[in-house]
Amino acid sequence: MSEALKSKIEVPIMAELFAKGEKPEYLFWVGCAGAFDTRYMKVAKAFATILNHLGTSYAVLGKEESCTGDPARRAGNEMLFQMQAMTNIEIFKMYEIKKIITICPHCYNTLKNEYPDLGAEFEVVNYLEFLQGMIKSGKLKLDKSKLKGNKVTYHDPCYLGRANDIYDSPRFVIESLGLKISEMQRNKSFALCCGAGGAQMFKDAEKGDKEIFIERTEEALETKSDIIATACPFCMTMITDGLKYKNKEEEIKNLDIAEMIATAII
Amino acid sequence: MSQLVFIVLLTITIGIFAYSAFKVYQLFKLTKPAYPVRDFGKRINRTIVNAFFQQRIFRNPVAGFMHAMVFWGFCLILVGSIEMVIDGIAGTERILASLGLVYNIIIGGGDLFAYIIAVFIVVFIIRRTILNVNRLHGKEMQKKNHIDAILALTMILLLMISLAGMNMFYIAGHSDYVGVYPISALIAPLFVNMQADTIKLIHDISWWSHIILIFIFANALPYSKHFHIFMSIPNVFFSRLTPLGKMTNMDSITKEVKLMMNPETAFAATPEGDEPPARFGILDAEDFTWKNYIDSLACTQCGRCTAVCPANITGKELSPRKMIMNIRQRMKMKGPHLVKQGADYNDGFSLIRDLIKEEEVWACTTCNACAKECPLNIDHPTFILDLRRYLVMEESAAPAQLNAIFANIENNGAPWQYSNEDRLNWTE
Repeated sequence: MSEALKSKIEVPIMAELFAKGEKPEYLFWVGCAGAFDTRYMKVAKAFATILNHLGTSYAVLGKEESCTGDPARRAGNEMLFQMQAMTNIEIFKMYEIKKIITICPHCYNTLKNEYPDLGAEFEVVNYLEFLQGMIKSGKLKLDKSKLKGNKVTYHDPCYLGRANDIYDSPRFVIESLGLKISEMQRNKSFALCCGAGGAQMFKDAEKGDKEIFIERTEEALETKSDIIATACPFCMTMITDGLKYKNKEEEIKNLDIAEMIATAII
Repeated sequence: MSQLVFIVLLTITIGIFAYSAFKVYQLFKLTKPAYPVRDFGKRINRTIVNAFFQQRIFRNPVAGFMHAMVFWGFCLILVGSIEMVIDGIAGTERILASLGLVYNIIIGGGDLFAYIIAVFIVVFIIRRTILNVNRLHGKEMQKKNHIDAILALTMILLLMISLAGMNMFYIAGHSDYVGVYPISALIAPLFVNMQADTIKLIHDISWWSHIILIFIFANALPYSKHFHIFMSIPNVFFSRLTPLGKMTNMDSITKEVKLMMNPETAFAATPEGDEPPARFGILDAEDFTWKNYIDSLACTQCGRCTAVCPANITGKELSPRKMIMNIRQRMKMKGPHLVKQGADYNDGFSLIRDLIKEEEVWACTTCNACAKECPLNIDHPTFILDLRRYLVMEESAAPAQLNAIFANIENNGAPWQYSNEDRLNWTE
């Protein structure tokens, strides 16, 4: 499977399907990080590979996708957020979208919890809940030998965890790879933020004694894991930076759960 | 005679309390809407779980256990206090004893808890003064805050000592006493040989001290952080039921955006009397929502929020506890003037900048650790984000890097400066 991740993949485009009169079951919401962040683009690709493998009926908006407005809203720019949201909702309505699947927890939270206030009517599924369902139903089979022997820890993204109470799906999916999770001291609802939420991703931190991502990376390193699993593009940037700062990027991998799954699909 | 004294004291107590309550009510009338309060079933459920079962406080098991014991003890002892008020007015003694088994359980529980609470209160005082538990300190915790805390703890300790004294000497003075007193009954035999008059005197002094302390305590609370005792359960009941990640929608903005996107329909749909708010977000006391204010009254400055705040842990200026304390502080400063002189009152001072630095507002990662930790469902992030809304929408005072992402989102639909044409590059 890892070979497949290196070559171009075919991804259905909503406008093209719609022109043919087809309506896919899911809209795969890639998000700005999936589209533009060099590291996280691989995660979008890994997840699309899984969807293709499963034969899921889905499409992406491609050039018609636009920021959900989350960073604008959390930075206080409600006007810009609502303009983004209403524009996006019009596109969803145009394509009669009923289900959206997200990889980014910030997009997930905004689409699921905040868009309904502005007239959105659709179901939003996080990719981890989706993967959990596919594994449980036996549709997604995994080769447990692929990542065997690796020690793994999982960093809960705030926008899945505390924001939406999703703690079990990611753990279920990781464990279905035959891995046991070495939890960090602060985990699940106690997890420490990576430092990038609330639009912090896009600005320097205020002055203090330490960067939050370093504090969190140190905690992850204490578990002596070979893989730090993340489930959010911003967490990934922060933890990867933390590993670089600690000169550990060679020995320890920071992978998104979608990437771990993509390496093990049979 | 003693009945008359009691009734006079009770009337004064209720009078002062009503005055304090009215002042608080006037301040609440100044507040802005937060969200509609619906779903009473869910609210009752949350109140039972979070308040009566103390669910969240157990996230910190040791201090949580002690708090829970104090809380449950208070609930039982409260029934005993009601009995004392009835006895005081009617000149009776232990009038509720006719309740039988129920009475024995309540009074027996109250007796047991009086001693447990007394011990834990001493532990609390030690934690604050000798052990210097980190979370009870911090730059916003000034001397007056510690004095407030110690005074309240001392008062509770005296309440428990007087209650225990009352029970012990009641038993010592009555061979045919009513009710069950698991601990006091063990100690009381030490005093049976004392003179009957002395026993009665000590009992009466304990009884009167206990009830007078309650009267003083009740009237001190509205001016102390221990207003917590009255406001915490309502705060849980009225807390936001939506997921922590959800931010409240600004409907006034929705109207404007609709107008921009589709001028004809929006014009037609604008109902009369629906005026835009005087100000977007929160700058000062007049902008607080009722939830901000009740949060600030319920807060007992325990610091669980600040102890888990990633910004605070890493040495940034932000402390969620300070933010909540600032709400109450500013309302106390400005609120009464707003009541008297109207909404235009200006004291040349403002919450943002004079009490809360912009640096604090921008340090928040909206991770919701504070909100998750707060045993009372105080909603710090919503408040902080409303401060940001003011800074951005009224003053365009966002940090430059955030202004850059606003421009990018506006121009190319992403926080980064990439073209929409490249949105499928990840498939390569």
